[in-house]
Amino acid sequence: MLAPEPGVEIDGFRLGERIHVGSMASIFRLEGPRGPLPLVMKIPRLGAGERSANVVSFEQCRMVLGALSQSPHHPTLVAYGDVETTPYLVMECIEGTRLDAWVERAPLAAQDTARLGHALALALHDIHRQDVIHLDLKATNVIVRASGEAALIDFGLSCHRHLPDLLAAEFHTPVGNWVYMAPEQIAGERSDPRSDLFALGALLYELATGKRAFGTPDSVAQLRRRLYRDPPPPRALVPATPPWLQEVILHCLEIDAAQRPTSAAAVAFDLANPGQVAITERAERIKRESLQKVARRWLRARNFSPSAPPPPATDLAPLPVVVVAIGTQDTAEPLFEALREAARRRLAANACRIACMTVVTPAAALTDDTPTGRHIKQLVSLRRWAKPLGLPEERLTYHVLESDQPAAALLDYAAVHEVEEILMGPGKEAAQIVTQAPCSVTVVRPPPPS
Amino acid sequence: MLELIESHAARGAVVVLGNHDAAALGRDVAGMNAQAMSAIVWTRKRLARRHVDFLEALPLSVREDDRLFVHASAAAPERWTYVTGRRQAAQSLEATDASIIFCGHVHEQKLYYTVATGFPMPFRPIPGTPIPTARHRQWLAIIGSAGQPRDRNPAACYALADLARSRITFFRVPYDHGSAAQKIRAAGLPERLARRLERGG
Repeated sequence: MLAPEPGVEIDGFRLGERIHVGSMASIFRLEGPRGPLPLVMKIPRLGAGERSANVVSFEQCRMVLGALSQSPHHPTLVAYGDVETTPYLVMECIEGTRLDAWVERAPLAAQDTARLGHALALALHDIHRQDVIHLDLKATNVIVRASGEAALIDFGLSCHRHLPDLLAAEFHTPVGNWVYMAPEQIAGERSDPRSDLFALGALLYELATGKRAFGTPDSVAQLRRRLYRDPPPPRALVPATPPWLQEVILHCLEIDAAQRPTSAAAVAFDLANPGQVAITERAERIKRESLQKVARRWLRARNFSPSAPPPPATDLAPLPVVVVAIGTQDTAEPLFEALREAARRRLAANACRIACMTVVTPAAALTDDTPTGRHIKQLVSLRRWAKPLGLPEERLTYHVLESDQPAAALLDYAAVHEVEEILMGPGKEAAQIVTQAPCSVTVVRPPPPS
Repeated sequence: MLELIESHAARGAVVVLGNHDAAALGRDVAGMNAQAMSAIVWTRKRLARRHVDFLEALPLSVREDDRLFVHASAAAPERWTYVTGRRQAAQSLEATDASIIFCGHVHEQKLYYTVATGFPMPFRPIPGTPIPTARHRQWLAIIGSAGQPRDRNPAACYALADLARSRITFFRVPYDHGSAAQKIRAAGLPERLARRLERGG
């Protein structure tokens, strides 16, 4: 592929003015025989010295934009090139003013902040309804059209909950813009639309006060401050800030995603109807939280774990599977019976399937030379454990996993199969499983001998 | 059923041997329970010479351009390993340079994709949503079973791969599972096999 510059033709598209050079991609206006077209081409920066994440981000952007329905709130994807040979995206050129032009003029009057915030919240709600989360909301990624509608651009870090998340395993440091990033994104969570509401709150804060809510962090340690330190309330910086606007901004900036507004539509409604905003203690604050409270939060933040994201707008019910982990060394009947009792209680609570599971080391498996004989002993003991439950066959499954690391094998199984709960005895793996499992874990102990 | 598959094969369809087919041919297949075996015994009695010859001729895997078709794991197709996790998916993908593996054996739909570091990532496809499968990474698509679900949804699974546009769409489609279950009962096969079709697991 030729070095992209004005005048070069790629797959029949002629490049015009270069309108943006970013760290991950360049954007060119496209030209037709009679001058500029209402189209742009985005070309990722690839090759020596560039990050391999650029290409993954390009793939993700193409996938998500390709899945979005046509709307004024984001560019329409027109064409794309092959990732391997000529990676590019051709999309609608959105005319308007980038939001950073307003940020430069901040602090804005409350009604202007509310008007821009309202447009932005509606755009976010549009993509959230389609199960897309932007995850890189910042002033330069928002274009306000002449009609007043906001359009979101650059979906290179976004996540579509109906498509594989190619970026999930790609980065070691929190990915996105650190100025506006939500606390749960710092912890690696990429599937919560409320992360975009936090970024929206941070943008509104900047528009209303002219200051960044969390400064400009340049280390992960500084980035993590937002897990425990609240920003100065907008009224402390701009006393004229109306209480309803402060309420909306600080509500969006709640550390725990579950405490934020439930949807972008709710934020849009509040910003369009200041008289209807439910005023709480947030609206009245004129100084930051006491150091005592911050210290308590700091302690909690060391083990910060994000709230569970809400289910996607159109999710399918997951299969309720409860894993009962039975150690190969466990032979004590009192523990078996305690596990059965826990399983019975679980079965009485709601319909689920019980997956009886044990992990053997590959070395142990080698002692028997036929593949059938390999696991048969374990299967027999699993069946013996399950028999007293008296469950119909279709509610029971048996699994002998082969691994040197029993805890890791169980955790992997639980993650891949979206297991609802793990029941297990207090073996030496229990601690690791309890702390790392993607689901609830119940450690069952036999009653003390009487 | 076999006649239907034969007619597809005659028109150029890729057909690979599954563990139940191998068992029906009398080969030693690990891990079958008594009920599955009773269905195999029932099947065996009904296979004509022609059917046996057809099954005997089936390959364990088929390579077509950058696609590999196999029933279980590509790592050792004859061992009928279940791809139930990221480790097994890695083993299957490492065994081939194909960019996409289409397989079954595991009854639930799943799409694994390779990432820069670590084992492949799992993804539970949403039926009807096309997923781009760029060729520079490897994909392992478990298509799911046509009529033997394990996720409480009796609908059959299938997937369409759009080769020109490099994308795959998984689907679930209802079928007359009631009649299928009735036929199982009428044949005197274990009740559980019939119930499983009706309940989806």
